[in-house]
Order: sequence, then structure tokens, then C-alpha cells
Amino acid sequence: MSDARGEGLTSWLTTTDHKRIGLLYFWTALAFFLVGGIEALFIRVQLAQPNGQVVSAETYNQLFTMHGTTMVFLALMPLGASFFNYMVPLQIGARDVAFPRLNAFSYWVFLFGGLLLNASWFVGPLFHAGMLNVAPNGGWFGYANLTERQYSPGPNIDFWLLGLQILGISSLAAGFNFIVTILNMRAPGMKMMRLPAFTWMTLVTQFLIITAFPVITVGLAFLMFDRFFGTHFYVREAGATPLLWQHLFWLFGHPEVYILILPAMGVVSDVLPTFSRKPLFGYTVVVYSGVLIGLMSWGVWSHHMFAVGLGPIADSVFAATTMLIAVPTGVKIFNWIATLWGGDIRGTTALHFAVGFIAMFIIGGLSGVTHASPPADLQQTDTYYVVAHIHYVFFGGTIFGLFAGVYYWWPKMSGRLLDERLGKIHFWLQFIGMNLAFFPMHLIGLLGMPRRVYTYAPELGVGALNLVSTIGAFLIALSILIFLVNLWRSRTHGRPAPNDPWGGATLEWSVSSPPPVYNFSVIPTVTSRLPRWTTERHGPMRDPPATPPEPIHVPGGSWWPMVAAFALPVLALAPLTQTLWIAFAGAAVLLAGVYGWAFEPFEV
Amino acid sequence: MPRYRLWLLTAALWVAGCGGPFPQTTLEPRSDFGSAIDQLFTGIFWWAAGVFLVVETLLVVTLIRFRHREGRPAPQPTHGHTLMEIAWTLAPAAILVFVAVPTVRTIFTTSGEAPADALKVDVIGHQWWWEFRYPELGLVTANELHVPLGRAVQLSLTSADVIHAFWAPPLGGKRDAIPGHANRIAFRADRLGVYAGQCAEFCGASHANMRLRVVVDSDSGFGRWATVQLAGPAAPAAGTLAERGKAVFARSACLGCHTIQGVSPGVIGPNLTHVGGRTTIASGLFPNDSAHLASWIADAPALKPGSLMTRMKPPLTDADIAALVAYLASLQ
Amino acid sequence: MSAPTSMGLDNRKMAFWAFIGSECLLFGSLISTYLVYKGKSIVGPYPPEILNIPFTSVSTFDLLMSSLMMVLALAAVQRGDMKWGKIWLFSTALLGLVFLGGQVIEFTDFVHKGLTIGTNLFGCTFFVLTGTHGAHVTVGVLWLLTLWLRALQGKLGRPNAITVEITGLYWHFVDVVWIVIFTVVYLIQ
Repeated sequence: MSDARGEGLTSWLTTTDHKRIGLLYFWTALAFFLVGGIEALFIRVQLAQPNGQVVSAETYNQLFTMHGTTMVFLALMPLGASFFNYMVPLQIGARDVAFPRLNAFSYWVFLFGGLLLNASWFVGPLFHAGMLNVAPNGGWFGYANLTERQYSPGPNIDFWLLGLQILGISSLAAGFNFIVTILNMRAPGMKMMRLPAFTWMTLVTQFLIITAFPVITVGLAFLMFDRFFGTHFYVREAGATPLLWQHLFWLFGHPEVYILILPAMGVVSDVLPTFSRKPLFGYTVVVYSGVLIGLMSWGVWSHHMFAVGLGPIADSVFAATTMLIAVPTGVKIFNWIATLWGGDIRGTTALHFAVGFIAMFIIGGLSGVTHASPPADLQQTDTYYVVAHIHYVFFGGTIFGLFAGVYYWWPKMSGRLLDERLGKIHFWLQFIGMNLAFFPMHLIGLLGMPRRVYTYAPELGVGALNLVSTIGAFLIALSILIFLVNLWRSRTHGRPAPNDPWGGATLEWSVSSPPPVYNFSVIPTVTSRLPRWTTERHGPMRDPPATPPEPIHVPGGSWWPMVAAFALPVLALAPLTQTLWIAFAGAAVLLAGVYGWAFEPFEV
Repeated sequence: MPRYRLWLLTAALWVAGCGGPFPQTTLEPRSDFGSAIDQLFTGIFWWAAGVFLVVETLLVVTLIRFRHREGRPAPQPTHGHTLMEIAWTLAPAAILVFVAVPTVRTIFTTSGEAPADALKVDVIGHQWWWEFRYPELGLVTANELHVPLGRAVQLSLTSADVIHAFWAPPLGGKRDAIPGHANRIAFRADRLGVYAGQCAEFCGASHANMRLRVVVDSDSGFGRWATVQLAGPAAPAAGTLAERGKAVFARSACLGCHTIQGVSPGVIGPNLTHVGGRTTIASGLFPNDSAHLASWIADAPALKPGSLMTRMKPPLTDADIAALVAYLASLQ
Repeated sequence: MSAPTSMGLDNRKMAFWAFIGSECLLFGSLISTYLVYKGKSIVGPYPPEILNIPFTSVSTFDLLMSSLMMVLALAAVQRGDMKWGKIWLFSTALLGLVFLGGQVIEFTDFVHKGLTIGTNLFGCTFFVLTGTHGAHVTVGVLWLLTLWLRALQGKLGRPNAITVEITGLYWHFVDVVWIVIFTVVYLIQ
């Protein structure tokens, strides 16, 4: 067994340490974020002028499909995962997660799934097509029956559905792991209502994952069976309806967008109190709102289908539920502002991003409310107005929130502070770029430009607005570049981070930066929601001693999670190459991995 | 921060203003359907703008007023305030009532129901063109929908292949055209004109190119148009290029995909019986003139990726194409 | 043997309950699709012509009995009686295999009668639903046989009875899903 703390490639490949896994998620998600961003830049260059000729229609359709799929599944979700991997055990006072090898498995499955999906850009020649020809091209939402073999004969959709199935397994495994970790491995005294808001939001997110992903698994399985085994789940001629796909997809899809936003909301809920030097206003309400949002997210899915013709009664019901879900969301926003009110606000970069989240999410939320009205939505849906909405909530919301997390927690994860000046430049460029890129899209949509179009007529009159949007996109790219420079330089030039650079209230700040491999030399006993602060009821907790009074067992590494994970892309290759024996090989690898895992001596 | 937003909005509008008229705008409705939506949206928009102003201002004021200053005492550790929580739960809920009530009302008035004497049109989406059939008139045409001013029109939307969406923004919102289903849009146009629209549900390679025109004509104008459409195709005069074009048509693969009444029965592509009279070709992509028609016939997939109208084998000669163009132009 | 936990439940057991919750949504989606497409097949064969309720009732009974075997297996292991533990574990797996055999016979018969996975909507939904269930049973049988082998090696016993308990949770869940499928597909036509 290799030492979990050791250096060297093997120690990283076999790690079961949640902190290392968090870092692996971080770097991988960042890389995919850049890939998705480059795809976006190509999109914006093509759309900068009407009748653009930068990329072909076919390439463009792959670009927007991969941009959406990559950003949702390979960048935003894993970036969130990076933080809950690293921080949740620390925040609850545990040494690791409930199932460290399952945690590693989640990461490797994610990596392999992402690689499989993106391999499609390059392997066209293997399918008797050109390069850049077989990447998924049916949109990230893959509506049937366009995705049926009849209308999408190539392997593009196969890559998509197989990649997503693999990624689903990664998320599900992490879901089970973190639910058990948060519910069952809290330090003594860490009652549920003493958990940091970030851990609470992570918990709600995991419940959403384990309930929503099975639904899309079934939907994708139906598509796979239609494409490979001659079934007719979405084929009109057999009496089926393509709407079944939409229902299954959005039953997953709506909880999915809350899966994307709740962790960022959790970050903001942790960051604001730290830099206002006062507790989160209405902690109980914020937590319950998060839980309520999670529950209600199951009742709104057909608001993605207002143009489908569900009928006035169904439309009215979903309009009502969608408007209702705005209420707990708004409540959170007011509680955040109330946290800042009366505080002593220190304008660190993390705080800038947290505030930016609030400002941008308000806009995204309000445009969402306009969507909640079905008749109004009939003009907005499938246009650039929606593209504006989703980017205000995904980029202005999730990404700003996650960057707040980066600037807040990177010192803890790396032991180095990021440069605050570069950070502020990053923030302002990203903020301006974002608004330039996405605000005009509201108008572009209302002026009649649909989405998912590789070009548009000059007569529409939206050329100038599109150009502005493209400029904004490049500003965003510049801001990210600055962030990358900051990240890179911090490794050598960043000031060494103390245990607690910010004056945080929660447990992760009670240990070194980065923490020792066992997290806490002594598991703390928690008596408050703000253990490290002085409050009306107590003084600050004593941080755990620098060295443990008795030796602490740390589980070693293991190869089996990676082996088992590797079985999944092997299995996926079977339908992709239409070769049966590969399926048996994959099954064999899976069995070997699972049995090796089950029977190796491994003590948590 | 509101100042930034205001600056951006002004700049955007100014930039947009440089764009001139907006033929596909949703903001200048030309039908009752469009107006109902526009009124609803305007109401919701102003509520949203109001909330935006209030909340963003609150945020900015908070940041400015409570930013760190030397010598400031430690903040009061306020944990919450039940009354405020109730207030800011109920206030948004109340505003939402003002959004919900007109919403539900408009849902029912725009559900696609129309009086029995409405002009009915079946809209069938194809990859990547629009088929329009007027069942009560026995009329079939493509890509250019004609409707009379002020009369109730009811579109019944479906698809021959994948999901499309019919959208002519000035005339109202969109609805999906789904294979095996029939969705309805009902409207009464209130201004003469030619309105642009396009498919609004991603439908494959040339989704962006699946455009359409809606011509709102006077009652008598519509009647004249319908009469022309129902009549047989114009017979080209003897010895003209158009007559030669008809002969080229009759011996080419065109027959297999296109209908010209009395000449060819194909149904894979648009009906061409009166194609000469349309304002655009290739489903709204190009003006209907000889140059564009010639390029389109020569190599449609180059102009509309994925188009099933592949180049002929062997390719048509320039002379043949010119003849065909003359023939099609004669089919008024 | 396991460390104290915040809610008093073993981590593995809690994880497994979460997994079962997730699987409820998986099977729920499959069963809902079956119900949505019920009666919508354009061509036959249709359920009344194909489904053999007497035969499937025997299969169902077999699976129910296997759950009984599972309960007995757990009780035996929990009291340290590995002789009976092995017998009941093996019996559970055996009855599971019998169930699978019954599925194979049934499916083969359906194919001969003209119902394949691609014939009509009934074929699609029926085979994917019952096939997914059958795959779960197969995993369960493998799992039980693995436990049985471990017991033969002397590596299973009272101290790690919890693994048998979790196996039991899985096996009973798979059984309950079958009851639902049997009711929805076979009994309510």
C-alpha cells in the first residue's frame, strides 16, 4: 500500500484521500472548463457577424452540443465536486469520507467519461469520417426523435449517450458517499443545524443527484436501445412519442440545474459571513429554503416544455409551481444581503465574487420569472433570451460562486494565497465581460434570433448586438487567463497561507493549510455553529494541536477503484465499435475491479 | 452597480438602433395573439425591473455603507429576524400573484382555440422546409404562408420527421411541430405586411436555414392568391427558354421530389406549382431571383448543409440550369 | 467492529438504503414508461395473448421463497450458525437461478410467439423493464454465491454479518420490485 501522503505518480493514481481527490477534480474540471470555453469562443466568433463562415454548420452543431455538455457535466458539476470533496469532511470534523475508495472511483469514472466524450472530436477517421465530424451534435439536451438512428446515423449521439451514462455513475457514487458522510460522520456535537451552509447545500445536492440521475439513466437507456437494438421508445410510427424523452430528460434536467446552483449558493453562504464578520443572517431559513428548493425542483420540469402543447391546465400548473420556487430563492437573496448589512465588509476577491453572484443571480432569476409565464415564454423559449437567462444563472451564478470558493479555499487546498490584486482584475474583467457577452442576448432573443443556429440573416438586425456579445466573450477569456496566471504564480510566488487567512468561523480553518493527511490531530467537539468565532455564548474553540497525541491510522491507496472505473469506457467501446467481445472484456475488467476492491484488506 | 447596468442597456439599445428595422421582432406585435403576449410580457417585465432596481440598489447601498473602515466597532452578530423573513417571503409571493393571474388568463385565451369559421392551415415541418396545406381550400404550398387580414386563422402544426417549431414572432409565440401530434396556434393578423419567421426547435444540420414568410394580405388579395394557387401551373409559351426548362425538369431527378401539378408528383420536397410567385426560395433563405435560383439548383447542399436536394449526377449544365430557372420563374 | 456513527447506523447500511431509494426512481421510471405506453402498441402480439399468468405466478412464488431463504440465512449468520448459514445462502441463490431460468423460458416462448424487443411498444417496455429486473437478480445471485464461497472459506461469520444483512436488503428490494412488476404488467391488464 502506498503512503497516501507520498509524492509520485503512483500515490496520486491510487489515492483515496478526499483532499487529493478534491485536487484531482479541481484540475480536471478546470481543464474541461477551458475546453468548453474555447468551444464557446468558436461559437461567438462564428456568430459575431451574420452569415458567418468561420465554421461549418456541422461543426457548429457539435460545438454548441459539446459546449453545453462539457460545461454542465465536465466543468461545473466537478468543480462543485472538487469543493465538497475537499471541504465537507473538514467542515464536519471528519478524517475522510465514508467510502474513500468509492470516492476515488467517482473521480476516475468522471475522468474517463470526460475523455471518452471529448475523444469524439478526434476519432472521426476511425468511423470513416473526417476529424471534427463525430462529436455529439444533437444539443446537450438531445431531443428525440432527432437523436434516433434514422436522423442521426453516425456515432455522434452514441458518444453522447454512452459518455453521459458513464458520468452519471460517477455522480451517483459520489451522491451515496456524501449523503452517508454528512449524515453519519459528523464530529461530536456537530448537530445538523450546526453544519456550515455549504455542507447543507451539498447534502441537498446529493439527494437531488441520487433521485434525478436514475431518470435520465432510463431515458438514455431507451435511446440506446432504440439506436442499437431496434426498440421504438421514441418512434412515432410504432405509437410512441418523442415527448417521452422530453419528460424523462426534464424530470432529471430541472433538478440538475439546482444541482448546479446549490453548491455555489452554499459557497456564498459561507463566504459572506466570513468577510462581513457576522453570522449568516437567517441560517435556519437559508437551510430550509435550500431543502425546499430541492424538493420543489421536482415539481417544475414541464416549464421547459411550454411550447410543446401540454394544454392550458398543465401549463397553468407548471407556471404556478415555477413561480412558487422563486419564493425560497428570493428569500435566500434577502438573507445574504441582510448578512452584509451591518457588517464590517472586507473586499477580498472571494467577497467580490460572492457579491457578483448575488448581483448576477438576481438578473438570471428575474428573467427566469419571465419564463415562468407560458404565453410570454412562447416568445422567449428556444431564443437567445433563454441563452441569456441560463448564462446569468450558470455563469453569473454558479461560476461566480465557484470562483468565490476558489479564492476562499485555494489557500487551504494549496497552502498558498492567491494574489488579491490579480484576483480583483480577474473579477472586474469577468464581470464586465459577462455582462457584455450575455446581457445583449436578452434583446437578441426578443428581436427574433432563435438559439442553436449556426448563423443568422443580416436582415434580422442583430449583427451589432452579436458582435458586442462576442467581444464580451473574449473579455471573459482574458479574465480567465489572468486567473490562470494567478493560479500558476501562486505555486511559487504566493504567500504561504496560515491556517486561517480570513478569520473563518468553521472547522476547516482550524487546521494547517494544507491540512495534515489525517485532517484533525484530535477530532474536535463542536458546541456551536461558529466554533472558531467568539460569540455571545462562547469564546473561540481551541484548534487541534499541531501533532497528534497518538498515532492516527490513515488508509493507504488502492488501484482497484481505477481498475473498476476503467471497465466503463471499455464497456462503452463495445456498442461504439459494434464489437461484442469488447463487452465481455469490459465485464471481465469490471468483475476483476469489483472483486479486487471488495476483498483487498482496507481499513478506513 | 445599477449605473453599470444602465450604461450597458443604453449602449446595447444604441448599438441595436444602428441595426435598423427588425423584421422578426417580438416587440412589435401584428396580431391579437402577439399583442396578448406582448401585453403580458410588458407587465411582467416592469415588475421584474422594479424588483431588480430595489434589490440591486439595496445590495449596492449595503456594500458602500458597511464596507470596512478603520476604527469601526465589531458588527452586531444578528442571527435573524422572523418578521423580516415573513415580510420578504410574502412580498415576492404577492408580486407573483400579479404575474400569475394575467398569466393564467392569457394561457386560456391563447391556447389555440379558434371560432369554427377560422381559416385552417395545416403546417407540416420537414427537414428543412415548411409545408402549408389549406384543407378547406384544397391548396398546397410551401415556405410562404398567406393569410387574410383580420380573419381568424388556425394553424395545426405537425412534423413529417423530427420536432420543429413554427415561429413568426410578429404574429405571436411559437409552438412545437411534433411528429404524431397536432399543436395549434390561433391568431388574427391586424396589419398588412410580409413577416419573417424561422424554425425554433433544433432539428439538425440546417435548423438555422429553415426560415419562412407569412404574407398578411387583404381579404380580396388573399382570395386572388388562393385562386392562382388552385389553378394549374402556367404553361410556358412555345419556343421559350421556359419551355425548354420544362423539358429539362421532366427528364431530371426533380420529378422524384417535387410536385408541379400535372407535371410531377414528388412529395419529398416543396410543391413548386406556383414557386415563381414566392418572395423567397429555399425556405426563406434567398430572394427569389434567377441568380439565387441558379446557385440553389446547381448545388443546394452547399447553401443549405444537409439538404436532401443533392447535386444531380451527372451535374446539370449551365444552359440546363438557366432553362430551369426560366421555367420555375414562369410558374407564377 | 465499525466506528461509532452520528446516526447510529452502519455507514454501509445507510449507503445501501440511499442506493435503494435511487433504484426506486430507476424502476419507477421504467414502470411509468410501461404504463404510459400500455395499450398503445400498433401491432400485436398483445399482453393477453402472450402473458402466462400461471407460469409467472410460480416464478413469483419462487422469488418470494428465496426471500424467505434470505431471511433464514441472515438469522443463521447472525447467531453464528454457519452450517445453516451456508445452506440458506446457497438456497437463496439457487431459487434466484430458478427464477432466472423461468425468465429465460418465458422470454424464449414470447419470441417464438412473435414478441421480440423490437416488435411493438409492449415488447420494448416489457423486455427492458423485466430485463433490467433480471439483470438485478443476476447481480444478486453472483453476490450471494460470492458470500457462500466466502463462507466456505471460513471468511464469513457473525462478526461480519452486516454484509449478509445488506445483501438481504438488496435481495428483498429486488423481490419487492418484482411484486410491483408482476402486479402492474401481469395482473392488471
